[in-house]
Amino acid sequence: MNVSLQREKQDDAGEATAVADACFARFIDVQKSYDGVELVVKGFNLDVRRGEFVTLLGPSGSGKTTCLMMMAGFETPTHGQILLQGEPIDDLPPHKRGIGMVFQNYALFPHMSVAENLAFPLQVRHLPKEEIKRQVARALAMVRLDDFGDRRPAQLSGGQQQRVALARALVFEPELVLMDEPLGALDKNLREEMQYEIKRIHAELGVTMIYVTHDQTEALTMSDRIAVFNDGVVQQLASPETLYEAPENAFVANFIGENNRLHGEVIESIGDRCEVRLDSGETVAARPVAAGGIGARTTLSLRPERVGIVGEGDEAAFDNRFQAEVREVIYLGDHLRTRLEVCGNDEFIIKTPNAKGFPSLRPGQTVEVGWSSRDCRALDA
Amino acid sequence: MSESSAIPLTTADGIPLKTSLRRAVRRSRIRAFLLVSPLLLFLVVAFVMPIADMLWRSVDNPEVSTQLSRTAAALEGWDGESLPGEEVFAALAEDLRVGQEARNLGLLSSRLNYEKSGMRSTINRTARGLRTLDPPYKEALIAANTTWGERDTWQILQRETSPWTLSYYLAAVDRQLSPAGDIVKVPAHLEIHVSLFWRTLWMSLVITALTLLLGYPIAFLLASLPLRYSNLLLILVLLPFWTSLLVRTTTWIAILQSQGILNDLMVALGVIADDARWQMIHNKTGTIVAMTHILLPFMILPLYSVMKTISPSYMRAARSLGGRPFLCFRRVYFPLTLPGIAAGGILVFILSIGYYITPALVGGQSGRFITNTIAYHMQTSLNWGLAAAIASILLFVVVVCYLVFNRLIGVDKVKLG
Amino acid sequence: MPYNDNRAGKSGGRGLVACAVAGVSLVGLSSLAQAQQTLNIVSWGGAYSMSQQKAYHEPWMAQTGDEIVNIDRSGNALAGLRAQSQAGNVTWDLVDMLPADAMIACAEGLIEPLDHDELLADAPDGTPPSEDFVDGALGECFVASIVYSNIVAYNSEMFPDDAQPGTIHDVFDLENYPGKRALIRKPINNLEWALVADGVAPEDVYDVLETEEGIQRAFAKLDTIKDHVIWWEEGAQPPQLLADREVAFASAYNGRIFNAMVTEDQPFEIIWDAQVFELDGWVVPTGKLDKVRDYLYFATDTQRLADQAQYISYGPARVSSSPMVSTHAETGIEMEEHMPTYEPNFATAIPKDDEFWADYNDELTQRFDAWLAQ
Repeated sequence: MNVSLQREKQDDAGEATAVADACFARFIDVQKSYDGVELVVKGFNLDVRRGEFVTLLGPSGSGKTTCLMMMAGFETPTHGQILLQGEPIDDLPPHKRGIGMVFQNYALFPHMSVAENLAFPLQVRHLPKEEIKRQVARALAMVRLDDFGDRRPAQLSGGQQQRVALARALVFEPELVLMDEPLGALDKNLREEMQYEIKRIHAELGVTMIYVTHDQTEALTMSDRIAVFNDGVVQQLASPETLYEAPENAFVANFIGENNRLHGEVIESIGDRCEVRLDSGETVAARPVAAGGIGARTTLSLRPERVGIVGEGDEAAFDNRFQAEVREVIYLGDHLRTRLEVCGNDEFIIKTPNAKGFPSLRPGQTVEVGWSSRDCRALDA
Repeated sequence: MSESSAIPLTTADGIPLKTSLRRAVRRSRIRAFLLVSPLLLFLVVAFVMPIADMLWRSVDNPEVSTQLSRTAAALEGWDGESLPGEEVFAALAEDLRVGQEARNLGLLSSRLNYEKSGMRSTINRTARGLRTLDPPYKEALIAANTTWGERDTWQILQRETSPWTLSYYLAAVDRQLSPAGDIVKVPAHLEIHVSLFWRTLWMSLVITALTLLLGYPIAFLLASLPLRYSNLLLILVLLPFWTSLLVRTTTWIAILQSQGILNDLMVALGVIADDARWQMIHNKTGTIVAMTHILLPFMILPLYSVMKTISPSYMRAARSLGGRPFLCFRRVYFPLTLPGIAAGGILVFILSIGYYITPALVGGQSGRFITNTIAYHMQTSLNWGLAAAIASILLFVVVVCYLVFNRLIGVDKVKLG
Repeated sequence: MPYNDNRAGKSGGRGLVACAVAGVSLVGLSSLAQAQQTLNIVSWGGAYSMSQQKAYHEPWMAQTGDEIVNIDRSGNALAGLRAQSQAGNVTWDLVDMLPADAMIACAEGLIEPLDHDELLADAPDGTPPSEDFVDGALGECFVASIVYSNIVAYNSEMFPDDAQPGTIHDVFDLENYPGKRALIRKPINNLEWALVADGVAPEDVYDVLETEEGIQRAFAKLDTIKDHVIWWEEGAQPPQLLADREVAFASAYNGRIFNAMVTEDQPFEIIWDAQVFELDGWVVPTGKLDKVRDYLYFATDTQRLADQAQYISYGPARVSSSPMVSTHAETGIEMEEHMPTYEPNFATAIPKDDEFWADYNDELTQRFDAWLAQ
């Protein structure tokens, strides 16, 4: 489909806008408190580039939605500044910010038809009737709901409503679109489908998107960059790959993807290699990332898929090897998920492909597991 | 459909599926019916029967046909032109004699007095004086009371022999039957009901509009405040319900009367002169003020319950789409509260149409409702037929309002709290 | 029961209002069932019921051990009697009502015809009741106990000492006696006074009112003060309105004004000119005569009627009671001059014509309401 709402304006961008492109939307030291006692957002900094897809990821109550609402103008920062294209927008009321927004429950006006919903932002901008009609038709086509203009939102399925909400947020050609957990109410299949749909539209329109979710898979799938929130603070802001492969602290490691944790104390640290004595007594070689000096407590983070069963001749690949007892085996089709007791941790998970050459494990069995010290990251306690 | 009739489905033991299903649900049906039966009984006794009774009374006309049965029979052949013959007068004398002995002429004389003032004493005096009268009765009765010599007396008697009558309904809309049987307006100095109906409807509309005007912001505040504040406010809204209606109404008298608090304050502030105090009670103003206050919760609660369900994200969405605050309110929030406005409106309107204590206490002469007339005919004049006719018309108006409301808004969309 | 001969079949299903009335009365009764006999006596409430309580009920209960329950329903007594009768469950034993209502109730067979000379006590000198009671006091089903009066009273502080009103003309004279008037929201009394104020002699009032011209004349006279009238509906309102100085004049029952003057020390004065007096007394619901026979004999004797006048300024309906009327029980005021029947008060009195009002009340009330609404 060759429908595009892309602005010509973008082509006018000269040298001067190069800076603005780099930090299209900025949060500078933004703090927010509702009650004057507790900070919900503690010093939030973020630069969003033009055309970027940035996700704010975090558990509920971590302050990510509040940041979004401050950008939209529904909440005022207690401290700090928010810039849009280089201009502070603190004094700009929401309806003058020109930001598209998709809400968690879609917020489609139930008393208006789909077409009327889409026409609303155009009508308030006093576009001519014919133009409105054309734009609405284009927007409907973009989300593949050409024949649904006359329906009421209540007559649509959840996925269709979602697409209408998306079309409504885009129909007036905003440069920035905010999305507040837009897929939270959909079932798993539909959610995945919509993820691709949103990605497609994002790519097609080149619009800048700030997306809020608590679903890490969603964040990993869609984003250019992800800001991981916890407790009002951004724990790490990085691309999905970096977040997964190189989490900078225990929270990120734990929140993104599955993670085995071992607690211990640093006993030696040279360059990018350290030795950690676990609480259960074993010594593990790891890669120091956010661990303190010798004697500091640390949490070792280890992705399940990076742990292997040590077979004949594999010894060289794993510089950490331990005896493990199989506790539970869960059959998941393409792979097996096995829970083991390793180094006193009986929640230790490994994933093994369901393929030829991999041994089948039974509960009670004792095996040797191993991993590379490069994959084992020593993080904060 | 056609398959099911061709091959009746059966359960495993061969019983037709339908029979089996019926058996299975019978128990739960019986239990459900037993559970609702006390309510059903209550509704029938407290609601259906009184309304049926009222409708019936508004057309019931047994007095002449039963009490003056002989006269009625004798009048059947009367041409309605000249005075009836001796046999009618004799039948009347006999009816009255029997009635006087049984002492049951009271309702008859009341009934005929509605049609023609003076008939009460005519009947009673004639009945008491019958002992001294001798045939021929025509001359004797006319000599005893000239009313019997008037043709319209007999025309009324003949007309009212029918076991049912429209005259109560006609009286309720300021019409009457002329002696010749045509529907005519009552003399101007007796016209009262139609203007009272209009006044009741008009003032109820004003009261409804005022409760909406005052209640909408309050409901909005209630719906948008945090729960602990809104609960407190809700208690304040409901507080009037815990006070007796009479107390609330009398309080308004104390505030609004010409020597009352408000006037005293205005005089003290120099806004008005002592001899030009505002007349705010015992007139329309009094009724409107007191009833708006009393009915306000009935507007606030439905509005509140609707507003509470409107997610703030609708307004936010509208704002983010570029609408100025007032436009967002008008195009998005206000339409969404329409079911609440409709529910509150119909509730307040119907309640105020039926109110009578408050208008009676603070309405004076210009703030009275048609309901006060119903109460008067129920309790004082004892013209229950007329009271029933007026009440039936009021019921009809309410039902029409409800149907219009249902057509426009849909009753299923209404939330009352 | 003669009344029920041809309506009995229908009455059961039709008396729903009656059911409710009877139900309420029953609840009141049940807790008192142990007393020797319980009499449910319906009256007007307030000061009037209190005077009956003191003069009749208390001595009777002391004497017999009976229990007397006061029910304040006389305002709607006729409706109540009808409803109870239609429901077939009459719980009232004795009812205090006006003779006009009694006439209607009697014609409907709701109350017992009374043989006065057989039922009532002779005067102390042996005069039979039929001669001892004042004119009109004994109806077919009715025996009066008091004579009361509808009068106009005024607040004497609202007029200069040398220009106090004195006649019914002054009530209609806005120029010399400015101020609001409180009048009963009914045609009764108002039409009579309007005609007297317009020059009709008190004894001719009802003859004039029976003509269309007379009615127009009365309404025309009322028109002259209409804008200055507050219409009242409850007997307690006029003394209150006078005391609050909301009005300068108020029509009222003379007993209410007397009470305010004597027990509350209000500066009220009564205009006795053209007082419309009427009687009030007992009727016995059908079927209750045997139950209340003794009480009725007791409560209508000469002494009891004289006693009642110690508590309220209504005149006794028996001639033989008058000499025994003494002083007010609480304040010791001489009662005689406060009685409607006191000679100087009575000179221009109008006896209310019950038959006229029985015939014309419905029509004139509607006409009065229409006139009010204009």
